[in-house]
Amino acid sequence: MKAADFAYRRPADLAGALAILSAEEGDIAPLAGGQSLMPMMNFRIAQPTMLLDLADVAELRGVTAGPDGLRIGAMTRYVQLAADPLVTQGAPLIGLALPHIAHAAIRNRGTIGGSVALADPAAEMPALLLAMAARIELVSLSGRRVVAADDFFLGLYETARAPDELVAAIHIPADASRRRVGFYELARRHGDYAMAGVALTAGGATGQPLASPRIAFFGLSDRAVRATGAEAALKDAQPAGDTLGAAVDSLSALPINGDLHAPPDVKLKLAGVVLRRALAGM
Amino acid sequence: MPETRDITLTVNGETVTATVPVRLNLVDFLRNSLGLTGSHVGCEHGVCGACTLDVDGATTRGCLMLAVQADGCTITTVEGLPAHGMAGALRAAFTERNALQCGFCTPGMLASALEYIGAGGAADRTAIREHLSGNYCRCTGYQSIVDAVCDVIEGRARA
Ligand SMILES: Cc1cc2nc3c(=O)[nH]c(=O)nc-3n(C[C@H](O)[C@H](O)[C@H](O)COP(=O)(O)OP(=O)(O)OC[C@H]3O[C@@H](n4cnc5c(N)ncnc54)[C@H](O)[C@@H]3O)c2cc1C
Ligand code: FES
Ligand code: FES
Repeated sequence: MKAADFAYRRPADLAGALAILSAEEGDIAPLAGGQSLMPMMNFRIAQPTMLLDLADVAELRGVTAGPDGLRIGAMTRYVQLAADPLVTQGAPLIGLALPHIAHAAIRNRGTIGGSVALADPAAEMPALLLAMAARIELVSLSGRRVVAADDFFLGLYETARAPDELVAAIHIPADASRRRVGFYELARRHGDYAMAGVALTAGGATGQPLASPRIAFFGLSDRAVRATGAEAALKDAQPAGDTLGAAVDSLSALPINGDLHAPPDVKLKLAGVVLRRALAGM
Repeated sequence: MPETRDITLTVNGETVTATVPVRLNLVDFLRNSLGLTGSHVGCEHGVCGACTLDVDGATTRGCLMLAVQADGCTITTVEGLPAHGMAGALRAAFTERNALQCGFCTPGMLASALEYIGAGGAADRTAIREHLSGNYCRCTGYQSIVDAVCDVIEGRARA
């Protein structure tokens, strides 16, 4: 199918974009890479009255590194993340996961900000941000605010972003460059959305006990979810034997939904599998 | 009245100016307005890869980009692939290896394979399959397509 009709605006800068977002009536959809929005519009699952194309908003692009870590502009594309040593060194978890996010042609246009704003329950990026304790910077005409990833993803395609706000940037804490990282997902075809996946970070040297592990699953629930039970079970421990078994058992407390691929009991089983495999690589 | 915009872009080396409805997909613009029917339309939601073409040097889903977004861009479709060099060699290898049957997937497959080869990709069957994972082929079973890509990388194919 084809998208229903809409109005199209392509502001030259951030001030212009925010002015449209706060002043215009109707359902305004910011357009980033279009790699989720366009399919939804072609299927008429989404019928925004106006597209606000962010292509020319230079303020939303670029990666900078500072003492507090990285600031990744919302309009940074996956392909740019993969090629930027600031990202692959400052956020190695992102580097590890990127090849699993969609296909090359999708990564050429899809953006980090679009994935965060969309909050697809099967998307990798929200889980990566939870596992790194990242923060999301929002901007509107009334100013800027920064929300922890833990407080940002609220439910199915639901976030803490208000309709007059744009996702401006993602902040990755400085310790993300030093923490150990793990990632594993199961998908039917490479690049498809995962049936179950996990992202984790922990302190301590390879082979040592996991210090302050942060574990986030995707593809299980209505959103990316922290597995606090598994974090508690693995804290300051070696991920092996009974400890690992207890961490896997704790996953039954997660709010798991079935989908087209698998019912909840299969998803729970897969969650244990991906956790074991992700930990084996750390 | 649907909203329209004037766009100017370069398609296969030629400058094109047109007035397009803002809701028009790039691939529909190329096919229906310019008559470049080489890029195919399958799923219209980014999954099948039949509409994959080159925008400013990067493979792009023609069904997930609006024509109005292509204002100022440089587009290469299968019609614009040169007969010589890497693109010519790849097409010769596709013929040699029977890497197409019905040909529906071929324009998108060539675009994705050329991006892989052009980036210096190795003749590693798993890596090639991963790169082509976003392009469905319902005929060949993929083996012959991977064979053709390997032939080009390893210098066995000539334009
Ligand atoms: C075949 C296929 C396979 C895919 N597989 C995967 C996969 O395995 N994993 C995965 O994570 N994703 C996958 N995707 C989706 C892809 O990653 C999307 O690119 C991404 O989810 C959205 O980014 P985008 O820049 O394209 O956003 P868009 O599609 O442009 O926008 C998405 C939503 O966010 C809003 N938005 C965008 N930017 C902003 C902003 N700065 N501020 C506020 N709101 C904003 C839009 O209005 C829209 O509602 C796949 C897509 C396709 C077509
Ligand atoms: S028609 Fe564009 S990916 Fe299928
Ligand atoms: S040759 Fe028929 S779909 Fe590939």
